Amino acid sequence: MSAPAKLPRWAEFGLLPLINLAVALVVAGVIIKILGESPLAAFKLMATGALGTQEGIGYTLYYATNFIFTGLAVAVAYHAGLFNIGAEGQAYIGGLGTGLVCLYLGTWPFWVVLPLAVLAGAIFGAAWAFIPAWLQARRGSHIVITTIMFNFIAAALMTYLLVNVLIKPGQQSPETREFSTNAVMPAAHELFDKMGITVVATPLNLAFGLALVAAVGVWIFIWRTRWGFALRVAGANSAAAVYAGISPPRIIVGAMLISGALAGGLGLNELMGSQHRILMDFPSGAGFVGIAVALMGRNQPVGIVVAAVLFGALYQGGSQLSFDMPKINRDMVVVIQGLVILLCGAMENVFRAPLTALFARVRSGKGIE
Amino acid sequence: MSKEPAAPPSTPDAPPALELCGIDKRFGAVHANRAITFAVAAGSSHGLIGENGAGKSTLMNIVYGFHCADSGEIRVQGRTVEIGSPQQAIAAGIGMVHQHFMLVENFTVLENVVLGVEGGALLAGGLAAARAELGRLARDYGLEVPLDAVVSELSVGLQQRVEILKALYRGAEVLILDEPTAVLTPHEADQLFAMLRRLRAQGKAVILVTHKLREIMAVTDRVTVMKQGAVVAEVATRETSPRGLAEHMVGRAVLLQVEKRPAQPGAELLSVKALEVRDRLGVARLKSVSFNLRAGEIVGIAGVAGNGQSELLEALAGTRAASRGEISFGGRDLVREQLDPRARRALGLAHVPEDRLRMGVVAGFSAADNAILGYHDAARFNRGGLRDEAAIRAACAAKMAEFDVRPPQPELRLAAFSGGNQQKLVLAREIDADPQVLLIGQPTRGVDIGAIEFIHKRLIALRDAGKALLLVSVELDEILALADRILVMNGGEIIGELARADATEEKIGLMMAGVRAEVSP
Repeated sequence: MSAPAKLPRWAEFGLLPLINLAVALVVAGVIIKILGESPLAAFKLMATGALGTQEGIGYTLYYATNFIFTGLAVAVAYHAGLFNIGAEGQAYIGGLGTGLVCLYLGTWPFWVVLPLAVLAGAIFGAAWAFIPAWLQARRGSHIVITTIMFNFIAAALMTYLLVNVLIKPGQQSPETREFSTNAVMPAAHELFDKMGITVVATPLNLAFGLALVAAVGVWIFIWRTRWGFALRVAGANSAAAVYAGISPPRIIVGAMLISGALAGGLGLNELMGSQHRILMDFPSGAGFVGIAVALMGRNQPVGIVVAAVLFGALYQGGSQLSFDMPKINRDMVVVIQGLVILLCGAMENVFRAPLTALFARVRSGKGIE
Repeated sequence: MSKEPAAPPSTPDAPPALELCGIDKRFGAVHANRAITFAVAAGSSHGLIGENGAGKSTLMNIVYGFHCADSGEIRVQGRTVEIGSPQQAIAAGIGMVHQHFMLVENFTVLENVVLGVEGGALLAGGLAAARAELGRLARDYGLEVPLDAVVSELSVGLQQRVEILKALYRGAEVLILDEPTAVLTPHEADQLFAMLRRLRAQGKAVILVTHKLREIMAVTDRVTVMKQGAVVAEVATRETSPRGLAEHMVGRAVLLQVEKRPAQPGAELLSVKALEVRDRLGVARLKSVSFNLRAGEIVGIAGVAGNGQSELLEALAGTRAASRGEISFGGRDLVREQLDPRARRALGLAHVPEDRLRMGVVAGFSAADNAILGYHDAARFNRGGLRDEAAIRAACAAKMAEFDVRPPQPELRLAAFSGGNQQKLVLAREIDADPQVLLIGQPTRGVDIGAIEFIHKRLIALRDAGKALLLVSVELDEILALADRILVMNGGEIIGELARADATEEKIGLMMAGVRAEVSP
């Protein structure tokens, strides 16, 4: 009887995130006002910049692709009761795997290169997640700490490899040579071209489709397979998992391997789809945005895709804003993005209690029998 | 248990210590309390009894300010009070001891008692004053507690005493105890009852919320029976009987004594030899335990909680590793082969764990998901790599129908079911797997009386079908009602064995306390 009242699903998955977003925008609006610009004009600029033009939409979805991969990575670990802060490093190392396939096997036909690149990205990403997972499963080292540290190790390792090993001979910047054309992900505008539709050229590419496929795959895995069930049991109640004959250490390792493999998908979009070479710091924070995306998307694949598109729009709209409003520079855009992450991610529960109370009051007032 | 003379009835014109008038409360479609009227006189104790979900917790939560009544009035000493929060309840002189204690485990007793009423920014003065006041309370009510001990090091019985002290220290005149004996040994429960009688004699009003009839009969002066949110009876305890109360609670005649035929033990199904279990610190929790289970019998393990019964159950089920010894079952040695719970289940060894919510279920998952826990790999629940959702739902619906689980909704979250219905679902899951041996811990903990009768009948039916049952329970009544053979545990050892016919509460009680049985000639 004294169980806490629950929010209806539409409020849990729709209203609450919208309230969080609205509050973030109000706070951002105050900051914009202080800077001497009109908040309404700024938001309008962001919205049209992100979603008002073909170019904007292309960029928004291109950014969203990265966030879907990392958001799914965080969510799979979350269902197993693990907080994977290391999607950034896993994406970085996963991208290395994809990049190596593209560099050294890139002359093979695209339909051969693609599965190899996907596989290599997944294996490298999973391998990077395996060490913290093993340490947690067998030695009890807290996965939050180890995955954070592995982000730094990944960055140092990649710097070393790019500066000393993989760098294109005869140049200053630590980047590899360009992939051969067979190892380039088909761009969206090329694919539309083949169907006879002309759209503006953007970095949006086939990897977006792969990300959606991954989202469907994660949904099936988590909710429709016995392995996903075992993973959720271990995440929700590890004593019950032991009772049911599920080994929590095995689940920890398995979930982190899948999580790392999903993060490794980022290279498909960023390297194969857009940069066409391996370069420094290509995940550029997408691993951390993935945490906010997973939180806002309630760790459900559909929610993650929606939240990823929202964050993609924020990124794209934000760069538009810094172009067109000189008083709002690039750093201010980061502040606005940070506010959204703060209110939708870290503080997502702030408005839950009052909202739940409100619903309870409305319902008891009506007293349906 | 000798009854002390009841406190002199308060003078007729003195207002009751606590009076509830027409309390009404709805949660959405659920009418949790229907115009409840209820009064407790100072210097008396009043039982509030009803099945799980009858609305007793809601009513007490309204009195203590956790919930707000939709309508109705609360009067303390005849004065109408507004109670919107526990703080207001405390100020009105109402104290509550919750079933799950609200103590800071790593604080001392003294610190816990003064928490929230420290009396100033600096602790020293407040603590000294509190120490003096607690000394007085301890003398007046026989509530001796080591004030400087850390709470986590106290026994459960003493922790409960701290909760009572907390309420008295805050000036409680009305003390509400919610299922106070759920966590106590029989001896601790007796001590609690003695304490409650002293409180009553000193003029406090005690409200005892429980679903155990014995307790009501032992300590209360009057009893109110609730059913489906309404009061169905209010009687003087002296003028009623456990059977009468049970009939009010369930709304029909209830068999308090289970009917069963004598056991006809068959072949040995499981045997345990010199089993030893050590905890993480290397301390032996189970010392050289040997016994066997035969087809068609129920073996009961009696003992004060914490004497190795849980370790025995877990070592048999495979959720805890044995350090030495042998468990022979189905021609295998479960210890040497280190079989995990899944493998043991496949051999026909099912387990209903003692702590349902900690181990037996996932509270946030649907009933259907819980009904396949441990059997989720079975071919009947999977089709081509994917879960067969229709089969899972159908299997759950079938179990719900067979075991009368209410409401029969496989999609509902498990946490939304009452304790009795959760337990029936767990039992259904394990019995439906057609095990040879069923290990069952505390089968009726937190289960209402109607469901207890049902669960006991099912267990006996399982025995009569030629299965072996190992029953661990802290309720001696339950062991005596069900078991054909009783093993008594003390300090990690089996200290004695009794055939049911020879077993009496006294004999078992002595063994539980560590007195070895004389070897019968």
